[in-house]
Amino acid sequence: MKIVGISGSIVGSKTRTAMNYISEEISAKYPEVEFSIIDLAEYNLQFSDGRNYLEYDGDTGFVTKEVMEADAIVIGTPVFQASIPGTLKNVFDLLPVQAFRDKVVGMIVTAGSAKHYLVAEQQLKPILSYMKAQIVQTYVFIEEKDFHRKEIVNDDVIFRLERLLEDTVVLTETYQSIRQAKEDEYDF
Amino acid sequence: MEKYRIDQSKGLEFGIYTLADHLTNPHTGERISAQQRVQEIIELAKLADEAGIDFFSVGESHQEYFVAQAHSVILSAIAQATKKIKIGSSSTIISTSDPVRVYEDFATIDLISDGRAEIIAGRASRIGLYELLGYNVRDYEGLFEEKFDLLLKINEEEIVNWSGQYRPALRNAKVLPRPKNGSLPIWRAVGGTPASAMKAGYAGVPMALAALGGPASIFKRTIDAYREVAESNGFDPAKLPVATTGFFFAAETTQEAMREMYPYINEGMKLTNGNGFPKQAFAQASDKRNVINVGSPQEIIEKILYQHELFDHQRYMAQMDFGGVPFDKLAKNIEIIATDILPAIRKYTAKK
Repeated sequence: MKIVGISGSIVGSKTRTAMNYISEEISAKYPEVEFSIIDLAEYNLQFSDGRNYLEYDGDTGFVTKEVMEADAIVIGTPVFQASIPGTLKNVFDLLPVQAFRDKVVGMIVTAGSAKHYLVAEQQLKPILSYMKAQIVQTYVFIEEKDFHRKEIVNDDVIFRLERLLEDTVVLTETYQSIRQAKEDEYDF
Repeated sequence: MEKYRIDQSKGLEFGIYTLADHLTNPHTGERISAQQRVQEIIELAKLADEAGIDFFSVGESHQEYFVAQAHSVILSAIAQATKKIKIGSSSTIISTSDPVRVYEDFATIDLISDGRAEIIAGRASRIGLYELLGYNVRDYEGLFEEKFDLLLKINEEEIVNWSGQYRPALRNAKVLPRPKNGSLPIWRAVGGTPASAMKAGYAGVPMALAALGGPASIFKRTIDAYREVAESNGFDPAKLPVATTGFFFAAETTQEAMREMYPYINEGMKLTNGNGFPKQAFAQASDKRNVINVGSPQEIIEKILYQHELFDHQRYMAQMDFGGVPFDKLAKNIEIIATDILPAIRKYTAKK
């Protein structure tokens, strides 16, 4: 199973801090999972110009192909102006319409204020649904006060991250086996 | 329809088109050389000609996994190698070529083939060729519309006076040679949506419609939109042919055809488009209402007749070689078309 983590902003540290927990948790508990983090701060992505994702080269081509090859994706995103950052939206825009078909997508949202809790529900989930993702419905919402010096200091958040990962892995396996069973019924 | 060399008393025309993809055969893991692929395309056209198939066309593509970058050169070889079959492009990307040169090439192919050449002009579904050939993809729409208009003008007028944005003006320009019968059938290639089809309707030009998957009925809406717009712009839809294009694969039984075809389509799409063809969606291709013409000869006949009932179209173009299909299977398909499918289709669609 191949899982790609996307850290969806080029500024700040909270989202990346949370993604690092995911990375450590995977190496500790899920050795069979092949995991990589795409931190958008480390890549120079061009804006989508409508071409097929295979036609981008450089960082843009690398990121789109990496995401397309994943079985599951964990999206980490901060909240900017009551929505997802433009950098993350650009990743979606770079991909084909049904890019997340047969992929499970989990979400981690970091925010400066609890007032942003519904942003993922109202802004991120509709995009993922449109792109045909199997969404892990419960996302992990992490506030400013849960972080201190680039560490998560709230055990509840850590427990929730563990559960998100568990759900992502279990759902990916489950959907894969359901699909496999269905495909085995076809005579071609 | 005479202008476009269509005789409806002979029934729905049956054509074969290739995008000249150059892919690994998923059943064997082997890929033939580019040279062999080009020669097999010419050979396939010969078989189609001998089988009495109406039309054969080759599409222009400039990306990896394709060999018909110079599709008009392949078509000229086909023109020489065949006798009766109509030949054309599917499509010519007019946006990134000079319409004068395209017309010179196809008028010449028309002379070589003794009046059998046609052009289907399209906008390209991929955009890598804009950079390769020195165009800006931001001009995607403008380039196509202007150059397609010029191509039509050259077809109608031997001496051309024209000016536009993307090409130097033409003053009393003689575009030669002229085709054998004065003009060429020129079609507009259209993707699945009504919006795209309406543009062909506005111009009153024949439409070649890509119908790659899904229920046939959704393409009827597109064809209806095309004819309505053509009519409201003063053109008679009864004089404008419609062609549909789509996947085709025949075998003794439908199960065998599906089993054989699926890996070609799925693996081929993965490489050329980045997204495979879901098994669940392909499974629906066995339904008569699905537009993919895969199955036993009898099932395919029923499907094509069903599509004809819905569309009242003048030509069906089959894509049977996508995804590394070996030549012996293509030859077998041509044989099935000639012996089983063509006679039935012509019998039931000929207009008196």
